[in-house]
Amino acid sequence: MNRGMLARLAELIYWTGRYVERADDTSRIVDAYIHRISEDPFGDADVTCRSLFATLGMGVDATSRVTIETVLDRLVFDPESPSAITGAMLAAFENARRVREVISSEMWVCLNATRNELNAQRVESFRVGPASYLKFIRERSALFAGLTDATISHDETWWYLVLGRSLERIDMTARLLQGRLLAAEHSPDWLTLLRAAGAMESYLRSSVRRSDPEAIAAFLLLDREFPRSAYHSLAVADHCLDQLTKASTHLDIVNEARRTIHTTQTRLEYMDANALLKNLAEILKLLETTSATANDQITSSYFRQVVATTWMSEVGT
Amino acid sequence: MFSAPGVARPVYREIVDVLGDLKTVDIRTRFDQLGRTFAERGVTFAFGGEERPFPLDLIPRIIAASEWSLLSAGIQQRVKALEAFLDDVYGLGECLDDGLIPRHVVTSSPHFRRASTGIVPRFAPRITVSGVDIIRDEDGNLRVLEDNVRIPSGISYVIENRRAMTQSFGSLFTNYRVHPVDEYPARLLRALRLSAPEGVRDPTVVVLTPGVHNAAYFEHVLLARLMGVELVEGSDLVVVGNKVNMRTTQGERPVHVVYRRVDDEWLDPLHFRPDSVVGVAGLVNAARAKTVTIANAIGNGVADDKLIYTYVPDLIRYFLNEEPLLANVESYRLDEVAALHEVLEHLERYVVKPVDGSGGHGIVIGPQADEETLVDLRATLLANPRGYIAQRTVALSTVPTFVDDQLLARHVDLRPFAINDGKEVWVLPGGLTRVALPQGALVVNSSRGGGSKDTWVLADVVPAHPTSPTDAEPSAALDVAPLQEQRGARQFGPGPQSGSDQ
Repeated sequence: MNRGMLARLAELIYWTGRYVERADDTSRIVDAYIHRISEDPFGDADVTCRSLFATLGMGVDATSRVTIETVLDRLVFDPESPSAITGAMLAAFENARRVREVISSEMWVCLNATRNELNAQRVESFRVGPASYLKFIRERSALFAGLTDATISHDETWWYLVLGRSLERIDMTARLLQGRLLAAEHSPDWLTLLRAAGAMESYLRSSVRRSDPEAIAAFLLLDREFPRSAYHSLAVADHCLDQLTKASTHLDIVNEARRTIHTTQTRLEYMDANALLKNLAEILKLLETTSATANDQITSSYFRQVVATTWMSEVGT
Repeated sequence: MFSAPGVARPVYREIVDVLGDLKTVDIRTRFDQLGRTFAERGVTFAFGGEERPFPLDLIPRIIAASEWSLLSAGIQQRVKALEAFLDDVYGLGECLDDGLIPRHVVTSSPHFRRASTGIVPRFAPRITVSGVDIIRDEDGNLRVLEDNVRIPSGISYVIENRRAMTQSFGSLFTNYRVHPVDEYPARLLRALRLSAPEGVRDPTVVVLTPGVHNAAYFEHVLLARLMGVELVEGSDLVVVGNKVNMRTTQGERPVHVVYRRVDDEWLDPLHFRPDSVVGVAGLVNAARAKTVTIANAIGNGVADDKLIYTYVPDLIRYFLNEEPLLANVESYRLDEVAALHEVLEHLERYVVKPVDGSGGHGIVIGPQADEETLVDLRATLLANPRGYIAQRTVALSTVPTFVDDQLLARHVDLRPFAINDGKEVWVLPGGLTRVALPQGALVVNSSRGGGSKDTWVLADVVPAHPTSPTDAEPSAALDVAPLQEQRGARQFGPGPQSGSDQ
């Protein structure tokens, strides 16, 4: 653990973690929106779909109608775009393919088998509806997460994977809530959001006895114990960076990324849960910039340290 | 496998018996299982830009102990002679001065590298890894088809084929005593560590790959994993003051031995192709400065140039003072006028190969070529006779192969792998048997639609009660006490009876 891994591999592993999480979270969000549209036949699908694209930070043609088909084409089945579910899974596969020698065979086989099955699952979903495809992706992500935790040493490799997963989760949890700000009346209601985050049962079992928006937002953002809450993801990312810094023999690495993450974590920790909705826009913005800034800082301090070739005169023959 | 049509060689009898007892549908099921295992594990090669599983046939190729000892000795001899030849060519050049090989034949070889002259690896062999291709001719004799001493590939299939076969067809192993092949990575690592520059006590070894798009990427990954060393790309390495370092998350770490799977011409943009993005600028100078060992050495291609191949029996006599144990296939040097005319006269009888080719590309098999191909070939040969050799067309031996639910005769060759640690040459008992799947085809390369077979080298002593050597898993060596003495009762949570109110 004290020798450092190849910087290129660390970056690929970090992104493998991010992409699998992105495929998982995107399928959860899309599922919630599709649910919303089919539940409310009198609502305006066009506006709802547009808010979904905006939530995920993707532009969409302003002139033509946006339908569920557009969502399926561009956010679910597009193999080229790493923002789409299929594309994110394929990107995770491509990354994993280049780090096969440091992840476990089981993790690799999981992603390889997932890739091999994507097309059959897509065809199947035309018959039984997109939910089957989204469920397939969530199950494979869960399998990958389980294998990640159980089949490799929790050394540097693992910390980079978990770090990637956590940063993506911070970003995606913020995006999940974003819809409520953009077009509240067309976005999934609060309970659907809870379900999308896989948080419904945990929420009901938690000490909170209310189901008002304020309490739900507080659960998804501030809960200390739920693994998809923004606070929890920040805490995990912070712990990863702490471990990676400890592993480092280079004491001169100023861990800027950790400062970024930890500052935001502390802000959430002391936030007044009752004033949450009022400050929601600001908090989501903070989470978004935290995730982006930390990503850049991690990249420059761990993955892309600049070393220049230096020349010596040629050795004579 | 057949000594005469329909008559199996004696070593195959048990296999034929075992398979004879199985129903076709059972064989089919296991065959499909092999294919699935490979697809899931990603045992693939790139075929025209597409990743395909390398088809594994379920009938192994079996080599008897007596035949193997001859083959193995012949390969050792050949590698030693080629090693001495390379040392000489990039050193004093005595064999050239003595007129054994015309100097222009060596210097005109496309893989002769002046950059390698003067790099004298004191502790390191130049040919750490070799793969000498062997065929069996019409008379049953083993012959060398070609030497591969640059970056021979295929060992990953040897290892994966064996793993898949023991899983799907374990029963086949029970009647044979087969040499294991899993020793290879440890042997390779040992040889690479021994080849480290002088004074390095605990050398860092890396495998250098051109990257994920290389046809043999799977193999590079497997070797790095099984040796427990880093798999690096050119961009991971940086040369600082003639020392090679790899970039890690915690700064640079020195590298001492580079097992490179990148061709010479892409290896160092300073010395070879300046447009190479998979190489490492300054690597050759670092090797000259003796801070790093490159294995296999640069410029080895001159030794597996197919025109030089025709001189190898002479090289064995010259350098080792021995008679060659393995014969070449009869070959014609087309840079000699008489031979060129003889071959041009009867192009349809010969196999013509480019001297620097690999992967079966550019080979014309006279008896199977159409008129147009032969006309083109004639023009090519007249324009560049140094670039080609001609060989007698050998009807490769055949082994029954599972094609379309039947056992059909298909042509095979064999690539055993040898590792030279500088003191001795070790030949892995096994190798890659490649099989040409289309009927009558003689080119077995995977890039030309070939498949492979697990290759069994039999141990010479057959025990009274044969056991499968694959039973000897490392864990079996652990000292395990009988279960009932060691384990306490298992623990259980509250079951329905404990909370029951009945």
